[in-house]
Parts: sequence; structure tokens; C-alpha cells
Amino acid sequence: MIAVDHLSLKVGEFALENITFEVPTGQYAVLMGRTGAGKTTLLEALCGLKTLTGGTIRLHGRDVTHLKPAERGIGYVPQDRALFQTMTVREHLAFALMIQKKSRDAIRHRVAELSRLLGIEHLLDRKPQGLSGGEAQRVALGRALSIQPGILCLDEPLNALDDDTRQEMYALMGQVRKSTGVTILHVTHNLDEATRLADLLFRLQNGKVERNILTTHLH
Amino acid sequence: MSPDLSPSSIPPRRNNRDWPFFAGLALLSSVYVLLILAMLAADFSFTTPHHLLQALASPEIRYSIKLSLLSCTLTTLLSLWVAVPTGYLMSRHPFPGRRLMDAILDIPIVLPPLVIGLSLLILFQTPPGRALQQIIPVTYAIPSVIIAQFAVACAFAVRTMLVTFDQISPRCEQVALTLGCNRSQAFWRVALPEARRGVLTAGTLAWARALGEFGPILVFSGATRLRTEVLPTTVFLELSIGNIEAAVAVSLIMIVAALAVLTLARIFGLRAPLERVL
Repeated sequence: MIAVDHLSLKVGEFALENITFEVPTGQYAVLMGRTGAGKTTLLEALCGLKTLTGGTIRLHGRDVTHLKPAERGIGYVPQDRALFQTMTVREHLAFALMIQKKSRDAIRHRVAELSRLLGIEHLLDRKPQGLSGGEAQRVALGRALSIQPGILCLDEPLNALDDDTRQEMYALMGQVRKSTGVTILHVTHNLDEATRLADLLFRLQNGKVERNILTTHLH
Repeated sequence: MSPDLSPSSIPPRRNNRDWPFFAGLALLSSVYVLLILAMLAADFSFTTPHHLLQALASPEIRYSIKLSLLSCTLTTLLSLWVAVPTGYLMSRHPFPGRRLMDAILDIPIVLPPLVIGLSLLILFQTPPGRALQQIIPVTYAIPSVIIAQFAVACAFAVRTMLVTFDQISPRCEQVALTLGCNRSQAFWRVALPEARRGVLTAGTLAWARALGEFGPILVFSGATRLRTEVLPTTVFLELSIGNIEAAVAVSLIMIVAALAVLTLARIFGLRAPLERVL
């Protein structure tokens, strides 16, 4: 579960104040809001990449407000994916496991498992430069899932994808949920994405997160 | 009266004469390129293979080639060792005094070379400088050559690394942090590999800069043959005794060395975009 309680933060002139919301375990939450509303900043705060000026963040009952990003167990897929240009797809999937000093067999096993789940087995030896938008998105997702996170934070993950690829990604996200049971917070400004994926819909506007009325119509 | 917004019946005036504009651009840019090529051509036409061989046979010139290669390489390594962390720190962490530090780093670039040499000379005559010289002789010895080169070349390397890290999105490192890295691991495993082309460019620039360094070396290291003589010193010494052939021959050696380094950097630097195109 993600439980954000009276979160406040300030980045330069921009501020978020008293943000409170909850995402129950295993749910798919979509956070919408206009460009510049602070969606990305809020995700970064959850991941530990921004310092709070107030409030708490609890993940699965654990207070992580003052923990480093590495200690939070959040899989993060940022805007523009931020793939590592010097690494192959295989190295992306193995990266976190190598940091954790996992055995070579364990890494090989996990890379095989993830690449099968995401349908990127044929791309393992490629570098990001040659990948299509959809392929790059799968790799970024695989890299985030490699730490077996309890929570996945996705920042506009389906932006700039063509319609067919987008449909494939909807199906893939369903599969990922089914096989991992991960709690997801997905940021977007695309209503179609929200209606296709969300269990819960939040809207960030005027510095507040509100459960959106649309939620009742979704299911 | 309401404005008339209906389509005009008169066709747009013909105005396709772009060639004078491009001719102007081509003329002005080619003047400078031609000047550079003409300078090189003049050097090559002035010398003969005989002069070159004669220069290479001279023990003083061989010493200065060796010292130049050695000192430039050491200066490059030292510059990168300082420039990479400095560029990273300034690009990623907006600490108090960052702007002041930024301005200070420009001083070696804008200061007259002779003034840098003089400042170094005075610095090593202060009590701490003298104390250091009790252990390692610096002034008028080989270490002074490396320090003089480093004082200028490093500023160029720092600038290059700062621009490089500014152009690399910090998101990759942020993702690395969420994947279990600490700051140091994110730097070594993600940021530095991404910056490898910038490191290569910074190294090339520092090397080429160090190779051409003359003013600070003349003041701080002197121009003693077989001791603190680097290639620009040789050109100066040969010119001062009227041996223009040898001065030109040594200049050509420097031109070839600089071109070789530039070409190598271009080849390595261009590989990545080529991969993208193919």
C-alpha cells in the first residue's frame, strides 16, 4: 500500500502542500493532472529523489519518509525512460542484481524470467539506440521490475507510442500485474490510458490530490 | 470598415534569389578556412625532408619531443583526474559559491599566459612553496613544466566536463539510485560511462593545449636545453639563433602530432552517432 500523508515539498518556486492519498496493495492507480501540476515531482518524492518539507510516506506499512531511494523498494520508470546508453538490454535487466551482488546463476535466471514476461528475449544483446519506442518501454519496465519491487512508479510510460504499440502495452501491463501483484502508480494526462488501466483515478490540481469522480464509472 | 481577409487574386511576388545570401556565407567562412590551410601549406613548403631529418637527429630536439610527449600525457591524466569530479560536482550539486567557483575556473582561460607563469613562479617562492621545493625541486625543473601546462589545460578540461555532464540527463542516475546504487555507484556505473565521449574530448583538448603551452613554461621553467625544453621552447630557441629551418621543422612535428590527436578523437567520438545511423 502507498500511504501519503500531508506531504509538502518545495522545488525552487514550485510547491506541493498537504498532499494526502492512499493506494491499496495490488491496485492500479492512475494520477492525472495538467502539465506543470507537479505529477513528476510527486513521483520523484515517493521514490526518494526529492526531499520533503513535511508529511510522511508509508509503503506497505513501513515509514520510508527519510529512507534513501535504494532502500524503498520502488521500481521507477521515469519520463523518457532514461535507458543507460552504454549498456545492452541484458545489462539493464541485470544491473540492480549486480549491485546487490547476486550470484551469476540467480542473475541469469531472473534476466530470462523478466525477458520472457516482457517479450524482449530477442533484444537482449541490443543497445538502446536501436530500439523502437515500445521496445525501449519494455526494457525500462524490466529494469524497474528487476528488483522485485512492491511498488511501481510509472511516469507517462506510454507517451509517444503509436496506437498499436499502446494497445500491446495495455495488455502487457495487465500481465505484469497478474504475475507480480505489484502496486502501481501511473502518471499520465491521457484519459484513454486512465480508463483502460486504472482501478483508482486521482487528479492532481491546485496542489491537491483528489479521488476523481470518474472512478465510479470505470467499473 | 471590416478588414478584407479574402484570398488575394494577385500571386505572391517572386523572390527566390537565395544565392547571394549563401554566396556571402560561403565567402566569409572560406576566408578563414583558407587562411588556416595557407599557413599549413607555407610551413610544409618551407621545409624539406632533409631539414626534418636533421631536426630529428639533434639530441636537444629529441629530448624536447620526449619531454613534450611525456609532460602532455601526464598533464592530460592529471587534468582529467581533477576535471571529471569538478565538472560532475558543479553540474549535479548546486552548492553555495558555485557561481564564484565557475568564475574562478575561467581565470586561467582569460589570463595572459605570461602572467600565469609569473604567478606560478611567485607562488613557489612563498614559504609553503619553498618548503615544498625542499622536498621536490619544482621551479626551473621538469615538475614546473607539468604544473605550468596543468594550470591552463585543466581549465579547458573542466569546462568540457561541465558541459558534458550538463547535457546528460540526471534521470539515469536517479533510476540507478532507485535500483540500489549509492551516489558513488551511480556515478561510476552510469554517469561516467555515459560521459565517455566528453572525457575523450576533454582529454584531447587538454593534451593539445598542453602541447602548445609556451608562455607559462618560459617564465616558470626557463628555457634550458636538455632540461626544461619542450617543443614550443625549441621553436623559440631555434628562432632566436636564426635557425628558421629547424624552427619550422619542429613546428611541423607539433602540427602533425596535434592533427593525429584530433583525428583519433574524431574517429572515437564519431563512432557512437554512426552506430545510430546504421
